[in-house]
Amino acid sequence: MEIDKIDRIIDKHRGEASSLLQILLDIQSENSWLPKEALGRVSDKLDVPLARIQHIATFYKAFSLVPKGRHKVHICMGTACHVRGATRILDTVEEATGLKPGETDLDLKFSLETVNCLGCCALGPVMEVDGKVHGKMSPVKTAEAITTYE
Amino acid sequence: MARLNSPEELRKFRQAIVSKRDPDNPCISICAGAGCVASGADEVIAAFKAEIENQGLQADVDTKGTGCPGFCERGPVVVIYPAEICYLQVKAEDVREIVEQTIKENKIIERLLFEDPVTGEKAVKESDISFYKNQERTVLCNNIKIDSRSIDDYLSIGGYSALAKALSEMTDLEVLAEVKKSNLRGRGGAGFPAGRKWEGSRNASEPIKYVIVNADEGDPGAFMDRALLEGNPHSILEGLIIGGYAISANEGYFYVRQEYPLAVENINLAIKQAEDYGLLGKNILGSGFDFNVMVHQGAGAFVCGESTALMTSLEGKVGEPRPKYTRSNIKGLWNRPSVLNNVETWANVPLIVNKGADWFTSIGTESSKGTKIFSLVGKITNTGLVEVPMGMTLKDIIYKIGGGIPGGKKFKAVQTGGPSGGCIPGELLDLEVGFDELSKAGSMMGSGGMIVMDEDTCMVDVARYFINFLTDESCGKCVPCREGLRQMHKILTNITAGKGKEGDIELLQDLAETAVEASLCALGKSAPNPFLSTLRYFRDEYEAHIKEKRCPALSCKKLIAYHIDPDKCQACMICLRKCPADAIDGGKKKIHIIDQEKCTNCGTCFEVCPPRFGAVEKISGVAMPSPIPEDERNITRKSTEK
Repeated sequence: MEIDKIDRIIDKHRGEASSLLQILLDIQSENSWLPKEALGRVSDKLDVPLARIQHIATFYKAFSLVPKGRHKVHICMGTACHVRGATRILDTVEEATGLKPGETDLDLKFSLETVNCLGCCALGPVMEVDGKVHGKMSPVKTAEAITTYE
Repeated sequence: MARLNSPEELRKFRQAIVSKRDPDNPCISICAGAGCVASGADEVIAAFKAEIENQGLQADVDTKGTGCPGFCERGPVVVIYPAEICYLQVKAEDVREIVEQTIKENKIIERLLFEDPVTGEKAVKESDISFYKNQERTVLCNNIKIDSRSIDDYLSIGGYSALAKALSEMTDLEVLAEVKKSNLRGRGGAGFPAGRKWEGSRNASEPIKYVIVNADEGDPGAFMDRALLEGNPHSILEGLIIGGYAISANEGYFYVRQEYPLAVENINLAIKQAEDYGLLGKNILGSGFDFNVMVHQGAGAFVCGESTALMTSLEGKVGEPRPKYTRSNIKGLWNRPSVLNNVETWANVPLIVNKGADWFTSIGTESSKGTKIFSLVGKITNTGLVEVPMGMTLKDIIYKIGGGIPGGKKFKAVQTGGPSGGCIPGELLDLEVGFDELSKAGSMMGSGGMIVMDEDTCMVDVARYFINFLTDESCGKCVPCREGLRQMHKILTNITAGKGKEGDIELLQDLAETAVEASLCALGKSAPNPFLSTLRYFRDEYEAHIKEKRCPALSCKKLIAYHIDPDKCQACMICLRKCPADAIDGGKKKIHIIDQEKCTNCGTCFEVCPPRFGAVEKISGVAMPSPIPEDERNITRKSTEK
């Protein structure tokens, strides 16, 4: 990720240390993960110790310190989805991709994550791929949906 | 757009908007909330816009994407005003027919109407649908009427009139007194009286104060705040500005969870619009009151819904809770007095200012006033958001509004209060919902999640699920929560895996007691609730798991096995083909048998076996019947015998 892009994001938040979280979120949404150089730059510009930035980047679930795959698969594990069989959807995706939650494959094709609630409880169990919600999933439907991604 | 400099200018401007609109002209409202969008609402909206333009009807027919009306189960939802015709599960293909028939000819399309599953009667109007009929919607009701991205729409239904009234006709102390009198209690969890919280901040000596919206709706299975944030952001903003006026704060914050991008977008837009109209910023409506609002996004940490953790996170730090020697309404954000209320609480404020505390207290029970929005989800026929007066019984909510349990299954429990809430069994369904009533039953109001569970749900697994969730979300600062929950999760996992042993229940009780007594914040203190409440009402299920290695709900994967009943199997080959583990042996006219060695317990065979055969069964706690001998597996021979 280029330095001037990072600088632009920092400037947008007027370089205030209290905006640290928002700055990291913006970098993450632009780059899909937080590279080491980006964290170093933020540390220098905001005059915040790198250790504190790493504390934040590892505490909050939204941040990733490793590259993400082309397709981000989120399996909702919210209560409503859970009682309607979300575990079996997760099992199916794990089987199909060979990934465990939090992992990305070597070809950078899929990243698999579980999320706590996507707020689409009426459609549970729900799988979200690249922002698109697939509702009322069954293991059979899930396996079919996953194969459509290149 | 010029700034509105006085309540009078606002009133005139509102009149101008209303007079430009002919109430008899059709208006097509399509829900653009997250649930309906996931069911294809965007395509439906685009199709309506294109069709209206094709037919040259733009001048007479208004089309808008609105907020969520709550009936997500049957989305996309379309309501056509002024006749209030409600069509459900509308697809883009239906759009032409709706415009041709309903808009131009005033004819109703029967097949898109709601059909009562019990009586088979069709409901034309939204208000006739059983799901809506028994609700009392004071906060959610405007969601379907307005374009959530239009401040003019909000103004046209009387928006910001409460703000104008507060600023011009009431002193700040009168506003505070009214909210106190209304006995509005926080909708986010604990139910602390909002007026008392506000008063504490107002009386604090520090001159700089803050008001904050807690929109970090982290409870899984709860999405009412999302519907309000996305569907009617101005109503929350108006409440927040009034709150700022009442406690003399000039700065406000929205803390919105990052998982709700549309909510963030709509709130930011609402703030921009309000600033342009002079409803935010300096000298609001000529009153001399200044107020600014900022939006802050969370980053995926459940604990940040806790007040002190949220404020720490707002300061740009790791969201760990602080000990509350002094309450945050005295020493909160940057150690200054800060009033933090939930989205729904703020949205109630304009209603109280406009209609008065007496109106508000006329709804609800002795100690819980007003209405409450619940997200009714899980094993329930009508999933969605329901707003009911406090004091309605759980039975009415689940059966009258929710339409009961689908698939002829039996009700087992309803879980309220989010991960730290509890499960309420069938015997207590006559319980009236309210803050204190639910606490007495061992659960809590929480933010309003209501997850219905049927006979197929294992209560030990539910406890394990919530403790797992909270173990994950524990920030790790204090030991009873960080270590205690981890151990509880281990033991519960063992029990559901058939490795439970005598003494586990007592050990869990000890760990629970320590976490309740010694944790730093509400997350840890209430974390054992799911275990304690399921133990209180479903102890027999725990004992069956531990002593008999049996899951009564036939749900715990490690404790069940699948078996094909040879008397029922018709050798149709469906399960055999679908089995991902190739664990089913059989053939045409040859009764199928599951190879228990190969079977992964995925349940596919159980699901695909045609209901009229129902040959695949789950068994738990008993020995697997031995497979029928090879020479009896031929089906034709069997039928000739009969």
